[in-house]
Amino acid sequence: MRPRLDWVFALIGVVGLWVVLARAPHAQEIYAGGYKQQSGEDIYHGICQGCHMPDAKGAIGAGAYPALARDSRLVAAIYPLTVVLNGQRAMPPFGADLSDDQVANVINYVRTHFGNHYKDAVTPAAVKAARR
Amino acid sequence: MNRRSLFKLIGSVAGSAVMYQAMSELGHAGESGYTGPLALSGNPKGASVLILGAGLAGMCAAFELRNAGYEVQVLEYNDRPGGRNWSLYGGDTYTEMGGFTQKVEFAEGLYLNPGPWRMPYHHRALLDYCKRLKVTLEPFTQVNYAAYMHSSTAFGGKPQTYRAVHADFNGHVAELLAKAANQNHLDQAVSREDREILVEAMRGWGALDRNYEYKKGLLTSERRGYVSDPGGGLTSEPTPSEPLALHELMQSRLWRSIAAGHIYEFQNTIFQPVGGMGMIGRAFGRELGNLIRYNAKVTEITQDETGVTVAYQDTKTGGPAKTAQAAWCICTIPASILSQIPMTVGAPMKNAIDALYYDSAIKVGLQFKRRFWEQDESIYGGITFTDLPNAMIGYPSTGYFNEGPGVLLGAYTFGANSFQYAAMPPDERVRKTVEYGSQIHPQYATEFQHGVAVAWHRVPWTLGCAGHWTEELRARHFNDLCAIDGRIVLAGEHASRLPAWQEGAILSSLDAVRRLHERVLAA
Repeated sequence: MRPRLDWVFALIGVVGLWVVLARAPHAQEIYAGGYKQQSGEDIYHGICQGCHMPDAKGAIGAGAYPALARDSRLVAAIYPLTVVLNGQRAMPPFGADLSDDQVANVINYVRTHFGNHYKDAVTPAAVKAARR
Repeated sequence: MNRRSLFKLIGSVAGSAVMYQAMSELGHAGESGYTGPLALSGNPKGASVLILGAGLAGMCAAFELRNAGYEVQVLEYNDRPGGRNWSLYGGDTYTEMGGFTQKVEFAEGLYLNPGPWRMPYHHRALLDYCKRLKVTLEPFTQVNYAAYMHSSTAFGGKPQTYRAVHADFNGHVAELLAKAANQNHLDQAVSREDREILVEAMRGWGALDRNYEYKKGLLTSERRGYVSDPGGGLTSEPTPSEPLALHELMQSRLWRSIAAGHIYEFQNTIFQPVGGMGMIGRAFGRELGNLIRYNAKVTEITQDETGVTVAYQDTKTGGPAKTAQAAWCICTIPASILSQIPMTVGAPMKNAIDALYYDSAIKVGLQFKRRFWEQDESIYGGITFTDLPNAMIGYPSTGYFNEGPGVLLGAYTFGANSFQYAAMPPDERVRKTVEYGSQIHPQYATEFQHGVAVAWHRVPWTLGCAGHWTEELRARHFNDLCAIDGRIVLAGEHASRLPAWQEGAILSSLDAVRRLHERVLAA
């Protein structure tokens, strides 16, 4: 009887974990007063997906948030770099709130995920140089 | 004859176009202060105006132009009037960008104002429209001395009352200043005569004793509160409370929120509509009736010498694009949306529209089984400030002494906090907000029932809460944003110097209507 019960508990544990993971694939924190996320993955899912959506496919309402998935505009890294730093139309600028490392990390993450395969990584030095 | 009656005379004799010119020359037209209902004299001869957006700016314009004899039609993206003037009630469903849908399950009569929630006494235009549209108002409490200042890292994470922080901060500062003055350290700054007055003033202001000290006693407890209050009969003797020490108070940074209620917009008296802020939008909507076409998503705005044509889709029925036409157009679509809509306007206006992104804000409404903040803590309205990500807890300024349930504002925050909140699914935002609030009100754990979270960057028809102006942007683009371009003029909070305030939307609209009317009469 006992081993079976253990199995049941283990199964519940696995299912529970699966449910948790399926519901929130990226653990999210809110850091009061500033962004402490460091990896590109954490930054994307902690900030960017608010508009560009968890699957980076964007969204449509009275206006639209552009998709970043399979995005041919990302071919030149300077484009997302400029937009993230300075903003563009409805896109707010994040240059003042993210470090060179953070900006490089999130751009590298987006350019190598969501169906994007741009291998040339952006360096923090390049971010620094792009700040105006 | 004073200037006002001179303008009146010119206006009545020569028409308002001439009056406007006269006023401009005398430098008066730039005044934005509201002095009373708009009087549009002169016959527009049935000229037509197409208004884009049925928020307060759009509906105010429609109301005034219709009354002045214009042929008016309004296109609105939502299925309701009001725009950001909006309340969510039980039974409502709200779907944000990305399709995340929340069903609001608040009990009857309870609501969340996701957008504006207060109207200061000097927002005269807005208050006048409430009066004219018979929207009943009640007081909104901003500053509540019984509400809290909370730091997760100071005083063991224990919230302090505004009453205590305010009294202790003033008291300690008064003591320091009185001491410095008495020791002649301020002689460079104040005369001997003023010094004595200053010291006397510090004593009264800070509740200092006769030795100019701020310390535990009945005198200071009368400001910061007692351990036990004075009472009646044999148990009447009060127990004074111990002030927070100066060093700890400084280090806690709790003083940062003291001045919030000192700001012009947050000074008494402040109002809110009975039943929710959305009552204003509803009243305007009722007034305008079928002049408003709902579920209309604008896709293109074109103009030529004869008029303006707007293409739109009916989001409910679908089908091919429809068009609406008029001689003139007042466009109140937020710049964040408008920058994505093809539009035939000149570079100055287009550049101004493109320059404006929208700020982030989030509000979370939480329903609890009972109004424990009143029942347990004697907090009736007002705001608690915290350094946790939810930033504020707003207690309802209405329905006092009801048993419950009650809805409070569990989070109201901007900037980085808000962007991170927006990145979460709505239920996770609510869960986090309950977690934060529990650190201030442990009752959350047993009393929480239901929550709704509105992140303004996920709101499909604004993509943010309000236009973000800097001084530099204003200098470069503001006049171009507001100027009439051919047959099109913009209005809304973004075209005002009261950004994010409903008064800004109304004043901007009245200004646009006035200028357009002059243009029509002159044409």
